[in-house]
Amino acid sequence: MARPLPSFVRSSTFRLSLFYVLLFFLSVAALLAFIYVQAIATIDDQTEQATKADAAALIQEYSSQGIAGLIEAVEDRVAPDRSGDGLYLLEDEDGSPLAANIHTWPTAEPDAKGWINFSIDRDDGPHAARGQTYALKDGSKLLVARDLHARADFQELMLDALYYASGLTLLLGVGGGLLISRRMLARLGTINRAAERIRTGDLTHRIEVSGSNDEFDRLSDTLNAMLEEIRRLMSGMRTVTDNIAHDLRSPLTRMKGRLEMLLRETPDSEAQRQAIERTIADADQLLATFTALLSIADAESGSARASMASLDLGELATDIVELYGPAAEERSIAMHYGEGQGTVVGSRQLLFQAVANLVDNAIKNTPGGGAITLTVERSAGDVRLSVADTGPGIPAAERERVLEPFVRLDSSRSTPGSGLGLALVAAIVRLHGARIELGDNDPGLIVMLIFPVPA
Amino acid sequence: MHLLIVEDDAETASYMRKGLTEAGYTVDHADNGRDGLFMATSGSFDAIIMDRMLPGLDGLSVVQAMRAAKITTPVLILSALGQVDDRVKGLRAGGDDYLSKPFAFSELHARIEALLRRRDVQAVETKLTVGDLELDLLSRKVRRGDKPIDLQPRELRLLEYLMRHAGQVVTRTMLLEGVWDYHFDPQTNVIDVHISRLRQKLDKGFDTPLLHTMRGAGYSIRAA
Repeated sequence: MARPLPSFVRSSTFRLSLFYVLLFFLSVAALLAFIYVQAIATIDDQTEQATKADAAALIQEYSSQGIAGLIEAVEDRVAPDRSGDGLYLLEDEDGSPLAANIHTWPTAEPDAKGWINFSIDRDDGPHAARGQTYALKDGSKLLVARDLHARADFQELMLDALYYASGLTLLLGVGGGLLISRRMLARLGTINRAAERIRTGDLTHRIEVSGSNDEFDRLSDTLNAMLEEIRRLMSGMRTVTDNIAHDLRSPLTRMKGRLEMLLRETPDSEAQRQAIERTIADADQLLATFTALLSIADAESGSARASMASLDLGELATDIVELYGPAAEERSIAMHYGEGQGTVVGSRQLLFQAVANLVDNAIKNTPGGGAITLTVERSAGDVRLSVADTGPGIPAAERERVLEPFVRLDSSRSTPGSGLGLALVAAIVRLHGARIELGDNDPGLIVMLIFPVPA
Repeated sequence: MHLLIVEDDAETASYMRKGLTEAGYTVDHADNGRDGLFMATSGSFDAIIMDRMLPGLDGLSVVQAMRAAKITTPVLILSALGQVDDRVKGLRAGGDDYLSKPFAFSELHARIEALLRRRDVQAVETKLTVGDLELDLLSRKVRRGDKPIDLQPRELRLLEYLMRHAGQVVTRTMLLEGVWDYHFDPQTNVIDVHISRLRQKLDKGFDTPLLHTMRGAGYSIRAA
């Protein structure tokens, strides 16, 4: 079983640092390769120069002192107390060595420039060597070469450097990448957690600022300033709606009280009585409209999140059908709830009110003999509650619009209602992080409330 | 019955006072939280009507202070904030009922009567009786005279609620809260339909109706 990678490995910072490790590694390798090629070329060049100069000196010796002088010069160079990388082999025409520090004539063919590459045995293994041969006038042969162990040592050193450098680069890069990405994730995590807390209604919460004034602090500062602005606006709106609630309700309360008192004091005529009753009804209508407005504002402020709990939409639908069924039946509308259940986290009161509004609309818009069906379905990622009726439905082009406050379709102008019912449903649905979809029930309207739930 | 009204709006207070006095109550009035708390702790009231928004000390704090001082007088909280959360806060602070402004006087009256009744009924009842109608709370059986009446579970709860408030007016919102446990104002006449079905079962074939509609107020179950 492959375990999921830890989050810091999946983070973009970590991937970015891996990319940099690779880039850095390639740069180091390219640098070392360049140094290597240059150095080897220089070494080879120097080796060739030294070998040629040495050979020239020996040939000079031979020209002036003859073979005896040459033997002496070679023996001088191969003396045990002389250190150096020079390799010499002077043989007479029969192939017997006259003076040497190597014992066998190399068998390799010379290359285009007359250089012979061969190998000699030493205590620490075979050494590469490179040199030139000279045929002398008396038939003897001279080999002047250089032991290339220094070059080999250098080669080995460079390769070791490459290995160590790449190992170290990888180690530091990956380690550093992990550290940096964990740190970045920790900082981002703080911001994420704070945002989540704020999103779920705690508007007073702020993102922690580390004090280092880095880009995260600046991001946090900006977000905090934005949150403060949102909080200020929302509390301003809350104050305004609370004030409206208080300032409008108080005179309405007085007005209603006065009217009721008038009514109790038995007016002289039935006409007066009716006028007072109608005025009370108007006051109630006024009240209903702005109670709905306040409910929308309240749902949008998210204050009800505090009272949310797990609830079964199936039970809620059962309650709705139980409460509204008889009223539907009065109008010869069959109302039923197909089986099904789905648990969501929400406010029981608000969700009930939302579904009640939908059913209320359905009852108003469905002709006698029609049917209203509530269903609750649970699928992989969501729970859906739908209310379907067999009324006239809503044309596709109008479906978005009817969710806005005070929008009433021309066809429903004649029926009572404030035009706020669906707007309240939409606000309650948003409060629950759910979405509302209006569709065609063919014929009729189907309204679906879709609550995302973790699978 | 002695009531205390704590309300800063003079006119609202005066019309509540007038109406409740007419209904036979003795009514005292305080126009701020401090006086209200002082009167509530010193006087012997049967119920208190407490406005939520008061100068000085707000209504919820007064109720909390009262409850902390072990004063158990039932309190009806009045508020211009009618939201679900405000209701919960009000009841959590120690209020017994919650009514949002503006309210019909009949609603206030019905709720005050229900509060006073709740205080009276302390003993555990096993049977509710109104005239010749009987509801056995243990067997959940209903009979009127000799005739057994078959009720759906919800109708039974509706009847129980009405009978527990026999002789009083209960409003539609009281029924929605008490029987269905939902707090909102249904636009259609959902409650009326439930009542008329219950009435069919209770009163059909009997000379004296028990379930009465109180015009502009609500319903009442009573023998005469």
